[in-house]
Amino acid sequence: MKTVLSIEGLTVALPPGADRPHALEDVSLALSANEILCVVGESGSGKSMMTGALLGLLPEGVRATAGKILFDGEDLLTLGDAALRKIRGARIGMVFQEPMTALNPLRTIGDQIAEMFRTHTDLVSAEITQRVIDLLRDVHIPHPEEARRAYPHELSGGQRQRAMIAMALALEPRVLIADEPTTALDVTTQAQILKLIRELQQRKGTAVLFITHDFGVVAEIADRVAVMQRGRLVEAGRAEDILKRPQHLYTKALIAAVPPLVPPPPKAVTAEPILRIEHVSKTYRKGGLWSRHRRVTHAVQDANLVLPRGGTLGIVGESGSGKSTLARCIVRLLDPDSGSIHLGGTDLARLSRSAMREQTRRIQMVFQDPFASLNPRRRAGELVAQGPIIHGETPAKALAKAKDMFALVGLDPDATERYPHEFSGGQRQRIGLARALALEPEVLVADEPVSALDVSVQAQVLRLLADLRSRLGLSVVFITHDLRVAAQICDRIAVMKSGVVVEEGRTAEVFGAPRHSYTRALLASVPGRGWTPPERSDVLLAAP
Amino acid sequence: MEALKRLVRSPAAIAGLVLLLLVIGMALTAPILFPKDPLSLAGRPLQWPFTNARFWLGTDTTGRDIAAQVFHGARVSLLIGIVATLLAITIGVVIGAVAGYYGGFVDDGLMRITEAFQTLPNFLLLLVLVAVFASDIKTVTIAIGLVSWPAAARLTRAEFLSLRSREFVEACRTLGMRDLQIIFREILPNALPPVIVYASVIMAVAILLESALAFLNLSDPNIPSWGNLIGTGRSVLRTQWYVSAIPGLAILLTVLSVSLVGQGLNDALNPRLKRR
Repeated sequence: MKTVLSIEGLTVALPPGADRPHALEDVSLALSANEILCVVGESGSGKSMMTGALLGLLPEGVRATAGKILFDGEDLLTLGDAALRKIRGARIGMVFQEPMTALNPLRTIGDQIAEMFRTHTDLVSAEITQRVIDLLRDVHIPHPEEARRAYPHELSGGQRQRAMIAMALALEPRVLIADEPTTALDVTTQAQILKLIRELQQRKGTAVLFITHDFGVVAEIADRVAVMQRGRLVEAGRAEDILKRPQHLYTKALIAAVPPLVPPPPKAVTAEPILRIEHVSKTYRKGGLWSRHRRVTHAVQDANLVLPRGGTLGIVGESGSGKSTLARCIVRLLDPDSGSIHLGGTDLARLSRSAMREQTRRIQMVFQDPFASLNPRRRAGELVAQGPIIHGETPAKALAKAKDMFALVGLDPDATERYPHEFSGGQRQRIGLARALALEPEVLVADEPVSALDVSVQAQVLRLLADLRSRLGLSVVFITHDLRVAAQICDRIAVMKSGVVVEEGRTAEVFGAPRHSYTRALLASVPGRGWTPPERSDVLLAAP
Repeated sequence: MEALKRLVRSPAAIAGLVLLLLVIGMALTAPILFPKDPLSLAGRPLQWPFTNARFWLGTDTTGRDIAAQVFHGARVSLLIGIVATLLAITIGVVIGAVAGYYGGFVDDGLMRITEAFQTLPNFLLLLVLVAVFASDIKTVTIAIGLVSWPAAARLTRAEFLSLRSREFVEACRTLGMRDLQIIFREILPNALPPVIVYASVIMAVAILLESALAFLNLSDPNIPSWGNLIGTGRSVLRTQWYVSAIPGLAILLTVLSVSLVGQGLNDALNPRLKRR
């Protein structure tokens, strides 16, 4: 196969004071025509720096110090800005992670795609309009005529990403660089976009450089795979070789950290419920007195769920399904409009604010974002000690307890003096867990606790959570959009769609024989569902 | 600590700090260098500066020492600036924090009050307050504080609006923390940096407001403020302009120093500039 783009010995230096001297070290890669090359790595692996170097879009202070990037016989690293501008867009297309921020909110989709033609070709406007409509049809946007005149906010996330792809492919570039193009999308949309990229790539023979952190996506789309770790290329090869028979220790660890989609054998769970959610509804109302401006969103409708004592109830669904709203209703961050939430013998939904404050020691929450969920101005130990202090413990005892909690979640007890920004993402999530557990709650509500973490760190936190659950006899409500994670950690699973619980049952049953069509659609969308990771034998997880 | 380091790296902030220290130095040394009452008659009126070694900045229309008044005036201006600013920031922060945290009706109510204050030109409001409640220095200071808080309230509210939906605030609520503790001990420290920066603007404006009042003979006539001195010089502005110009220069330099320090603080506390 013909090589279109080749990177040879590329080294990119970081400014002094960064955590390592080089973002990329001696990376060599070749991208052939008509293939999809997936570059896989965790955050900080340098995979995004690579695209920056390719397009001459490195951040300030970062520059390539050695190597070549050969494209059509030219070394992109030696080209000036003007020459690069001719290549960007026209001969190398680019799709970004977040279509909402990559599109200009004040201009229509059609106008923005047309700009590609106006910048790089001499077509007249009637021809451009026709080309734009053809492109939108190519990416399967419904009603291309109307979509052309729509503003970015009027399209859904998936449609916006389709428009971005249309724009990137407008001038039929020979290389398409896709930087995590499906990470911000829901799983069913992601499946469609991956299919679209595959289809267009085959039809036009484009070479695609696909950056991702998700081995499921790799299994879905890659012809070849390159694995990056801390700026170095550790392994490259054909997709099936790497997915089935990884050679490098890091690749093995990464693949081992991908949770299999097959649930483990069910463990015995008591039938005795600890938390009963009955007929809970929550509606958001927006807008003024006039019905024209009023918008009513039924975030949760008549949810009925039971959490058995010592068990884990997974609530899965896509964004907007109401799963986070339900979680916030359970801990009374939001007040449900109707229904009851029985924790033991207490109906949390009917408690006054001050009575609920008393009950918080029995039900605690772990949050999604490890950066936003810890107050940056408080020491880690204080954050964990806060709960016990509020509930009447003396500060000295509470701080001693915080140290115990740190040990419990696998952190150094001496680290209580440090501030949150001195910890890594996974460590912060452990602090959040310690904070919740310091009150010795009966029920833990975890809202996407691992979705902001790298896959290897995610595996560690999940293992910690499973371990604590059995040691402390915790009952857990686990909110997630990731069916792989849900399969591994949950005893029961509830599937939510548009505020309604469409299916609920034992994990093995929901995964093995889904009853609702939406559950089936969700399962069919999980990237790499046909791929079973190789036996996770003696693989050790790489240190974070 | 980090912020302080960044602060001293900016040349403008250094210049501001030096000027401000100079003014503070004037205020502190005033009773030592000029132990007599600065408002007492000292010599022949309207002597030009640098003509008499005893009055090196000259004398005003009633024969009072201008240098003494300028030095003692630094005390008054700084005092009024600091006290009025503290008052304005306190009111603004409390109102903004409560409005931003609770939202809804509380927010609507408090913001309408804030807007009522904002739509009135604050100098007119100040004139009314001083006219009604007499013009001794205490009233003047409090009145300046009372007309200066709305912008601080809006700033605090904006910070709270974005901070209150952060997960760490939700975490505090799930721990069972009381609202007041969440507002003032958890959110406020995170919301404070832009308010602190804005305080320098309030302080500069407070000094100017007092001078403007004094220029109109509406400030406390029994204190040696820079505004009073300018007011005194108004009648001889065309011939003996130095009477008004010298305290005017003092005001200019003080306000400049405060706003330079404020700008430096802004750069030092602004997280977006941290990486540079």
